[in-house]
Amino acid sequence: MKHTLSVLVENKPGVLARVAGLFSRRGFNIDSLAVGVTEKPEISRMTVVVDVEEHSLEQVYKQLNKLINVIKVIDLPDANSVQRELVLVKVKAEPRNRAEIIEIVEIFRGKIVDVGKGTLSVEVTGPGSKLSAFEELLRPYGVEELVRTGTIALPRG
Amino acid sequence: MKMTGAQAIIKSLENEGVEVIFGYPGGQIMPVYDVLLDSKIRHILTRHEQGAAHAADGYARATGKVGVCMATSGPGATNLVTGIATAAMDSIPLIAISGQVATHVIGTDAFQEADTTGITLPIVKHSFLVKDPADIPETVAEAFLIASTGRKGPVVIDLPSDVSRGELDFKVTEKRTRLPGYKPTTAGHARQIKAAAKMILAAKKPVIYAGGGVIAAGASNELRELSRLLEFPVTTTLLAKGAFPETHRLSLGMLGMHGTSYANYVMMEADLIVAVGARFDDRITGRLDTFAPHAKKIHIDIDPAEIGKNVPVDVPIVGDARGVLKELIAALKPLEEGRRKGLSAWHEQIKKWKKEYPLVVPVGDNLKPQFVIDEIYRVTKGDAIVVTDVGQQQMWAAQFYKTTKPRYFISSGGLGTMGFGLPASIGAKIGRPEATVVTITGDGSIQMNSQELATAVLNEVDLTVAIINNGYLGMVRQWQELFFNRRYSHTNLRRGESPDFVKLVEAYGGTGMRVFSQEEVEPALKKALKTRGPVLIDFIVEQEENVFPMVAPGASLDDMIGG
Ligand SMILES: Cc1ncc(C[n+]2csc(CCOP(=O)(O)OP(=O)(O)O)c2C)c(N)n1
Ligand SMILES: [Mg+2]
Repeated sequence: MKHTLSVLVENKPGVLARVAGLFSRRGFNIDSLAVGVTEKPEISRMTVVVDVEEHSLEQVYKQLNKLINVIKVIDLPDANSVQRELVLVKVKAEPRNRAEIIEIVEIFRGKIVDVGKGTLSVEVTGPGSKLSAFEELLRPYGVEELVRTGTIALPRG
Repeated sequence: MKMTGAQAIIKSLENEGVEVIFGYPGGQIMPVYDVLLDSKIRHILTRHEQGAAHAADGYARATGKVGVCMATSGPGATNLVTGIATAAMDSIPLIAISGQVATHVIGTDAFQEADTTGITLPIVKHSFLVKDPADIPETVAEAFLIASTGRKGPVVIDLPSDVSRGELDFKVTEKRTRLPGYKPTTAGHARQIKAAAKMILAAKKPVIYAGGGVIAAGASNELRELSRLLEFPVTTTLLAKGAFPETHRLSLGMLGMHGTSYANYVMMEADLIVAVGARFDDRITGRLDTFAPHAKKIHIDIDPAEIGKNVPVDVPIVGDARGVLKELIAALKPLEEGRRKGLSAWHEQIKKWKKEYPLVVPVGDNLKPQFVIDEIYRVTKGDAIVVTDVGQQQMWAAQFYKTTKPRYFISSGGLGTMGFGLPASIGAKIGRPEATVVTITGDGSIQMNSQELATAVLNEVDLTVAIINNGYLGMVRQWQELFFNRRYSHTNLRRGESPDFVKLVEAYGGTGMRVFSQEEVEPALKKALKTRGPVLIDFIVEQEENVFPMVAPGASLDDMIGG
C-alpha cells in the first residue's frame, strides 16, 4: 500500500542522509522523496511516498519520530490531503502528430515549455496517478526523456 | 568569557560533571588534549580506541552515568566504531568525541579524514559535526541530554581541528538546548495503566519479563515491589541480570536461547506476559509464530518503536519503566486482596519445572567451565561486578553467577562484541573503585583487546580476569558440532601453543596464574582477589563442553536441546 508521509525536519546539514538512511537500513521502500523549505526557514518538509503494509507503516512512523532532527511526522491519506507532482517530458513530435500531442497536453492542463527540432517538452502537474495516465498517452509518440519531482502534499482544510 | 573551542569542550564536559575520559590522542584532537592536561577531568589512556569506547561503556553500565571516550580523526574514529555500535545495541549512554580535519578540507580525502558522522550514522542515537566554535557549549549540552534521557544511547561529537582552535565567547551560565524534535515520552498513559492493572488481576499464569530498560530506568526496586505484591514470577534477559535478585524464590533466572528451561516453559505456558523494558529480541522469543501462544501481553517501554515491533501487544504503555511501575503498583495496591490464592496452581507448576529441569554444574574429573563460574560466585559471595566477554563463557557466567543487584552484571548483549570484557571491566572498576570486579572471558575474546592489560597495570586497576580457556572459539565450535556435522572449521585456537596467557600478563606487569584442577580454583581466586593490580587466571577447562539448555536458532522457545 502506498502512503504519503509529510515529515517536518530541522533544516540542518545531514538530515536528508539520516532520513534516507533510516529507510534503506530498515528495508522500507521509498517511492519518492521530495524536500523543500517551508514557511519557516529553519524547518524543511520532506514528503515521502512509501510502499509498505500497515504494520510496517507504523514502524516507519515511529522510527522517523525517533530521529532527533525530525519534528513531526504526518500521515496524509489521499482523501484528506492535496497531493501534487510535476512531470517534465520531452516527447518526439513529428509535424503530423504535433496537433494531437498539443491536444493531449491541453486536456491535462499542461504546458509546452520548450519546442525543439522534432520534439516538444511538456510540463504537467497533478496527483501522481494523473501524471502516470499522461505518460501512458504520450508513450506511443516516443518519450525521449522524462523526469518527475516526486509527490508533495499538504493536509486539506 | 573568551576561550578556544578546545577549552569550551573541556569546560562543557566539566560542567556536565564528567570525571573521566577514556581516550587516545592524535593530530586533529591535539588541541583538546592540550587543554585536558590542565583539567581536573581524569584521562585514561587506553592502548586502542576500541578499548576506550568499551571502557567508557563499561563505566556507564557500572555507574549509570554517561561514559565519555575520545579519539583522533580517521583511524582513531573508525576504531571507536565497534564500541559505539555495542553501546547503541544495548542503549548505553555514551559520548564519543572525535577529532576531524579542518572544515575547509572536509570532503577532500585529507590526511586522516574519515566521514565519521556518516560512518556512525546507523549506530548512534544522534551525532553532531560541529562547524562553529560558538556552537560547542550547546552541542555538548544537547549531546548529554540526548545520550542520557529517553531510550539512552551513544552520541558522536565530531570536532574539526579549526573549530577546536577557533575562538568563542563562552557564557558561564548557559546550558541551553534547542531540540524541537526531541520529546521522549516518560509518563505512562493513565488509562493504559488501568487497563494493565485489570489484565494483571485476571491472570492465572502470569510472568514478568524484564529487560535492560529496568536497569536503565533504575526501576529494580519497583520491579521487586510489583513482583512481591502480586506474587508474580520474574524472568530477566541477559542485560537485565540483577534487575531482580536471582536468589529470590520468584526468580526464574534468565530466559531465551540459553535461558533456564523453566523460564522458557513459563513464557510458553503463561496467560499473561508483563514485559518491562525488554524488546522481544529473537534470542528471547525463539520462533516468533509459536511464541507464547496463550499469553496476553502488556508491554512497558520508553521507546514507542519497540512496541509491536516483533510481537503484537494487548496493552502498550510507553513510558519510563520506573514511573510506570510505580503507577501500576499504586493502581494495584487497593485491588490486591485475595490475589495470592489464585496463583497457587501456577506456582506449583513452576516449582515442578524448577525441580525437573534445574541448572546444575556438571560433574566430572576434568575442570568444567560451569564449575569455575560457580566457584567465582561462591568465593566472591555473589557480590562482584561480573563483566563478561562473548561466547560460551558469557552464557555460563549468565547461568551460574547469580546476580542480585542492578549494574552488577555487564555484558555485550545486542551486538555480542568479543573483546568487550577487559576494557569494559577497566571502565567499571574505575567508575566503581569500591567494588570487586571480575572479568569472565574466553581464550578467543581476550585476544581481541588484550593490549588493555597495559592500561590496567599502569592505572593500578584491581581486576580478576578469568579466562575460561577451552582452546576453542567455543560457541562457534558448539554450533559446528550441533548444526555443521562437527566440522570444526577454523575454531581451534591450538591451546598450549600460543599464546601463553600467564607470560602475556606478566609481560605487561600484571600477575598470572594457571589452573588445571578443581582443587586449585578456590585458592587461585582467593589469591587473585587479594593481589593488587590486574590478575589473570588461565583456567584450562574441558575443551568440548556445550552450553545447555539451548533453543536452536529458529526453533520454538520450548524446544530445548538439553532442557
Ligand atoms: C568481534 C566478534 N567476532 C566474532 C564473533 C563470533 N563469535 C561469537 S562467540 C565466538 C567464540 C568466542 O570464543 P571465546 O572467547 O574463546 O569464548 P568461548 O565461546 O570459547 O567460551 C565467536 C568467534 C563475535 N561475537 N564477535
Ligand atoms: Mg574459548
